[in-house]
Amino acid sequence: MKKFLLSGVAAFALAMTLAPVAGAQEIKQGGSMIVTYKDDVSTLDPAIGYDWQNWSMIKSLFDGLMDYEPGTATLTKDLAEDYTISDDGKVYTFTLRKGVKFHNGREMTADDVKYSLDRVTDPKTQSPGAGFFASIKGYDAMSGGSATTLEGVTVVDPQTVKIELTRPDATFLHVMALNFSFVVPKEAVEEHGADFGKHPVGTGAFKLGEWTLGQKLVFERNTDYWNAGLPKLDQIIFEVGQEPVVALLRLQNGEVDIAGDGIPPAKFLEVKDDPAYSKLIVEGGQLHTGYLTMKTTMKPFDDVKVRQAVNMAINKERIVRIINGRAVPANQPLPPTMPAYDKTYEGYPYDVEGAKKLLTDAGYADGFETELYVYNTDPNPRIAQAIQQDLAAIGIKAEIKALAQANVIAAGGEPDQAPMVWSGGMAWIADFPDPSNFYGPILGCAGAVKGGWNWAYYCNKDLDERAVAADSIVDPAKAGEREEAWRAIYMDIMKDAPWAPIFNEQRFTMRSERLGGPDAIFVDPVHIPVHYDQVYAKDVQ
Amino acid sequence: MISYVARRLLQSVLILVGISVVTFVLLYLLPADPARQIAGRSATAETVANIRTQLGLDLPFHEQYLRYAKGLLQGDLGRSYLQKTEVSTLIASRLPASLLLMAGAITCELVLGLAMGLIAALKRGSAVDNGLMLASFVGVSAPQFVIGIMMLYVFSVVLGWFPIGGYGTFSHLVLPSLTLGILGAGWYARMMRSSMIDVLRQDYIRTARSKGLKGRTVLFRHALPNAVLPVIAMIGIDIGLFMSGIVVVESVFGWPGIGQLAWQAIQRVDIPIIMGVTLVSACAIVIGNLVADLIAPFIDPRIKLR
Repeated sequence: MKKFLLSGVAAFALAMTLAPVAGAQEIKQGGSMIVTYKDDVSTLDPAIGYDWQNWSMIKSLFDGLMDYEPGTATLTKDLAEDYTISDDGKVYTFTLRKGVKFHNGREMTADDVKYSLDRVTDPKTQSPGAGFFASIKGYDAMSGGSATTLEGVTVVDPQTVKIELTRPDATFLHVMALNFSFVVPKEAVEEHGADFGKHPVGTGAFKLGEWTLGQKLVFERNTDYWNAGLPKLDQIIFEVGQEPVVALLRLQNGEVDIAGDGIPPAKFLEVKDDPAYSKLIVEGGQLHTGYLTMKTTMKPFDDVKVRQAVNMAINKERIVRIINGRAVPANQPLPPTMPAYDKTYEGYPYDVEGAKKLLTDAGYADGFETELYVYNTDPNPRIAQAIQQDLAAIGIKAEIKALAQANVIAAGGEPDQAPMVWSGGMAWIADFPDPSNFYGPILGCAGAVKGGWNWAYYCNKDLDERAVAADSIVDPAKAGEREEAWRAIYMDIMKDAPWAPIFNEQRFTMRSERLGGPDAIFVDPVHIPVHYDQVYAKDVQ
Repeated sequence: MISYVARRLLQSVLILVGISVVTFVLLYLLPADPARQIAGRSATAETVANIRTQLGLDLPFHEQYLRYAKGLLQGDLGRSYLQKTEVSTLIASRLPASLLLMAGAITCELVLGLAMGLIAALKRGSAVDNGLMLASFVGVSAPQFVIGIMMLYVFSVVLGWFPIGGYGTFSHLVLPSLTLGILGAGWYARMMRSSMIDVLRQDYIRTARSKGLKGRTVLFRHALPNAVLPVIAMIGIDIGLFMSGIVVVESVFGWPGIGQLAWQAIQRVDIPIIMGVTLVSACAIVIGNLVADLIAPFIDPRIKLR
């Protein structure tokens, strides 16, 4: 972890020095930008919003106790002025920043922090993120409906809040930086009830100005923002309902500043190879892995040799070429930018003869027939065809089932359906930059249930225990030990080969010429797609 | 006449009930689990079960339908699973944009279609006729998605005459109206052409000509009204065509109407929105057909309602 943190800081420092304007203090506030999205914004309620487009918007309207350094995955204090962790790793005491005001003018206190955590874990809120708070004492009583407040969260005084956990949880500070933990004022939530998501009130750098359903949202600068100098823009206009192809045309025409859904695959090479536009594109890593799952509960994938044979049969380089090089080949579940990624691991080689031999050893010398489930939007069916051809070379006849996203997810979550699933378009993008986030729901026993996301139904009790043990190492001095423990877990998963990891997607953000800021904030690993608070307008400098 | 209207109204109500049942059954049969969709990928099984109970998704099918139908009778279309807003609010906020687009499309298809049909009929057999009929054929058969993107590229990007998608001013309305209207224009051109050719063969036209009336007077006073009326009576039926067209056209042009709403909801299996939009458009189609049938005898006295 430590090494990663340092490299992250270094990358950011470098990016800052390369930026056209040397220091943040010299940048004038003002100006505005236009961002487009295809889908409507569903809600701006931090307890509920979990979409591509609202995730970063919510980060600009609200704050949490923790956040990340802009453009990096390095944790930093946000609404917390300071915090202490008890020696046993079970008690976190946060001291809050003084003088932080909600958009309605009231000062934020420890009561609001407690209220917000109670609210997000209350089953009535239907928060998709409630499960992240499972380590807080009293969580089970909350989610079971027998309590209305979290026993483990105590308001010590208006500036201090104490959170007790049932077990040491090394990821807890990351959880406190998740949108779901962001602080909301009780009176505003109660005033708007279920429509709070359409009338958000937070402490963030921007406040919601106007919202025309299905058309646009306007964010205005919060002039009372506690973090002086931010945000750098006066206004952001989000226009929704725009197809990515149309958004790109408008961007090229200078009508919009950021196409929120990225560059459409069909136009990628054309734009990237055009010198007029290539300089506007920022490339960055993403906490994402695209993988092929093999259902370990179904024959013949219950045999580890068959799963290893599939790993060796797939030509990942070719698949990366199919998507115009918008990814790098993967050999393990974690993406390269994640702590605990094993740089020395070479993975299964692309070896057709070796794969055939493994299949023969497993008793499938003549191959077998199976099904490959895939989300039906480009480029996923094309990737599935490439996998189909590679499998055919070792005698496996895979029939492609291209379905709507929800149907693929539903079939993946059944123990006796969807023997193979290509994860593209539904794949795991980490909620927070920590190796544990790639385990529980998609590779741990907890996810190997009906309707779960562990589509391989891979359940290894020994690894589950080691995962819990690793997350109990909370002492920052032992971060290296914890990282080593996680690395060993993922390496053991690769021996069992429930997945064939295929590639890690890269992100490409195209911005208009008038937007300024270090490159890193345009491919921010956490504020996706861009860090709205940090972007500035060159035309007001 | 009154008994006819009453019978048609009853039929319409039955059709709508039927549509609501069929749509509900189809959505119910989808293998996707809405509770799972709402809960997201990190939720525990407990959270999902909880949401399922709150939404009544654990009830047997007929109880779920009755619950929905009861709300419907009280004007309640339910609450969107993912947009977290009343479906009626969402539809109401988007309906004006769709109606405006349809008005634009009707104007385009009538002006274009009737003019093309008229010219083709008058120049029957000439190169102009063949050219126009080929164009109408392309209009009828080309996918609207392709037409829309081509229009955007040519008229907005290359020529810069119109904005690249969006909503708000008259110039925003032109391209989506044309795209949506072209399909209908193709049909109208063909109908207008054959209707006009028919009329021009009639005895009263020959009589008018032999009276020595000028060609233009014969055309505009005698032939045109008779040829146009049966064509105009078709507008009510166009509503069905538009309802499917707006899903595509609104998505291409970023037009904030109910077609775009439906398209987003279908992709994300937001069942209450899909139900709501389906019912609203079914209502529009049923009413459109009813109105078309009812006004037909006023336009063309040869038609009698029975």
